[in-house]
Amino acid sequence: MAETQGPRLRTIIARNHRWDLIIGTIGLLATTVGVLVLMLLFVDLVIDGWQRLTPDFFLNFPSRRPEEAGILSAWVGSALVMVVTAFTAVPLGVAAAIYLEEYAPKNWITELIEINVTNLAAVPSIIYGLLALGLFVYILGLGHSILTAGLTLGLMILPIVIVATREALRAIPVAIREAAYALGATRWQVVSDHLVPYASGGIYTGVIIGLSRAIGETAPVITIGALTFIAFLPPIPFTGDPPAGPFDWLFSPFTVLPIQMFNWLSRPQTAFHVNAAATGIVIIVATLLMNGIAIWLRSRIRSKLKW
Amino acid sequence: MKFSKSVLLGALALVGAVGAAQAQQKIVTIDGSSTVYPVTEAVAEEYQKMKKGTVKVTVGISGTGGGFKKFCRGETDISGASRPILKSEMEVCRQAGIEYIELPVAYDAITVVINPKNTWAEEMTVAELKKMWEPSAQGVVDNWKKVSERFPDHPLKLAGPGADSGTFDYFTEAIVGKSKSSRGDFMASEDDNVIVQFVSRDVGALGFFGMAYYMENKDKVKAVKIKKDENSPAIAPSVETVNNGSYQPLSRPVFIYVSAKAAQEKPEVREFVEFYLQHAAKLSREVGYVDLPSQAYELAMENFKAMRTGTAFGGVPDVGLKVEELLQREKHL
Repeated sequence: MAETQGPRLRTIIARNHRWDLIIGTIGLLATTVGVLVLMLLFVDLVIDGWQRLTPDFFLNFPSRRPEEAGILSAWVGSALVMVVTAFTAVPLGVAAAIYLEEYAPKNWITELIEINVTNLAAVPSIIYGLLALGLFVYILGLGHSILTAGLTLGLMILPIVIVATREALRAIPVAIREAAYALGATRWQVVSDHLVPYASGGIYTGVIIGLSRAIGETAPVITIGALTFIAFLPPIPFTGDPPAGPFDWLFSPFTVLPIQMFNWLSRPQTAFHVNAAATGIVIIVATLLMNGIAIWLRSRIRSKLKW
Repeated sequence: MKFSKSVLLGALALVGAVGAAQAQQKIVTIDGSSTVYPVTEAVAEEYQKMKKGTVKVTVGISGTGGGFKKFCRGETDISGASRPILKSEMEVCRQAGIEYIELPVAYDAITVVINPKNTWAEEMTVAELKKMWEPSAQGVVDNWKKVSERFPDHPLKLAGPGADSGTFDYFTEAIVGKSKSSRGDFMASEDDNVIVQFVSRDVGALGFFGMAYYMENKDKVKAVKIKKDENSPAIAPSVETVNNGSYQPLSRPVFIYVSAKAAQEKPEVREFVEFYLQHAAKLSREVGYVDLPSQAYELAMENFKAMRTGTAFGGVPDVGLKVEELLQREKHL
């Protein structure tokens, strides 16, 4: 028996090893395709646009002369919209996640909410734009403003923040909660003193990944009326004549980087296409930077964490 | 604890912001046609430089139709249009009580382009173009031979702007005889650079777009000389032929529509429009358009100062009209 089974076993093992190798190779190929395409796109952009990446490009307003045109209003617009987006998505998202994870009773209503949250992440961004046009622009009368854009993108990335926060909360050992409750802590004390600080790494990551998705979004921002030519910056609080209020900038008309890029791309002059490529580099680098910060924050907070 | 505090503060800041009143600022809002956009952008740039930032000008691109939708809701002060306002749009504006002043600001010449290697279609009559583009050509006229006996046996591929653009409206009006009436089986793109690419890659391709795109892509595509009919001379699009009115029927004026209410109530809108008419000639040349005769700008200025509201067209685009004529026509809302 043993003599006949030995070789058969060996062929089975060999076959399984072969499969292992094949699957590994396919996986590697699949990864390389993704990375290569991204690299090629980026290199192409860099070749087209790098010579326009001068300080002037960041400090000039758009212009009819391609060599004088810059992205000042676009990057300031993008940055301010991101600030509003973060201020919308973080409190709402974190609070919703804490409620669902720590407070909500486990019944069918909670289930329904959970399914909806997950589904929301898959809704096309243009739908958020249309919703915002109706709700924020026409019903609430917030105008085609930075505030409207920030709220819209904030809603759009809300599911990402909720899911990330819940996962971070779930990763905290139950023993921590039990220990705190055993000492007589209330639910809020457990949440604010233990769970949120421990989960903050995961929360930051979720927020930043959401923001880096939001920064490249064009469709919803066009729908709510971001403009193409803006040659001024939103009012800086307490400056100007009469002095601007602390929140006037929220109501300012604006443009963002992807719109500026799209506009230049649709111009006949190739010099504008170079500007568009340079803007593309800025968007990609901003996204990579944000993702980098997310990874760095996560590892820093994890290394500090001692249960 | 720190974390939750910052969250609370953030929420409070937002609530406060929503409650804050918007400061009064001098702002001129413009939207509309992407064809008029380069001229308006140039004027807005110069105007803001002159005003040193005391007046803000915003320019959006929603297309001629999209621009009129916002304009007739009273959201914008000025709307750019690459064709005159349509009956349906006039009706919407009338119901909302929006009156407007129609001002031509430059000429655009629609250029029909072919592949540089195409040697047989350097000159074409309007009738031949009609045969290619009319709705009944759909699925039938797929070869140059079927357009005319004088063309070789070669597949015909067509490209043009999408149905939302004023360029498409005007081209169909001028060539087929009815606005928006066209075959549907052509490569439609809102991005004219895509049409340039399409035509430059296929010997049998034909497309059309504004002259500015042709001027920038002379190395990739060739402009067709247009003959009004069999006996007319073949005219190539150029600044001269558009200006002297011989490039017909494909040259057209482009417009801005100014809200009469905004012009009366906002001095900055009035000032901007006057600045526009004074500088449109120089700036439109600079961005690749053809300027109107100087008399036309003077007439337009008169119309604006006298607040002569309404359109000279009555909701139907006219083809091959002199700008001076239309400026002197009677207007109706």
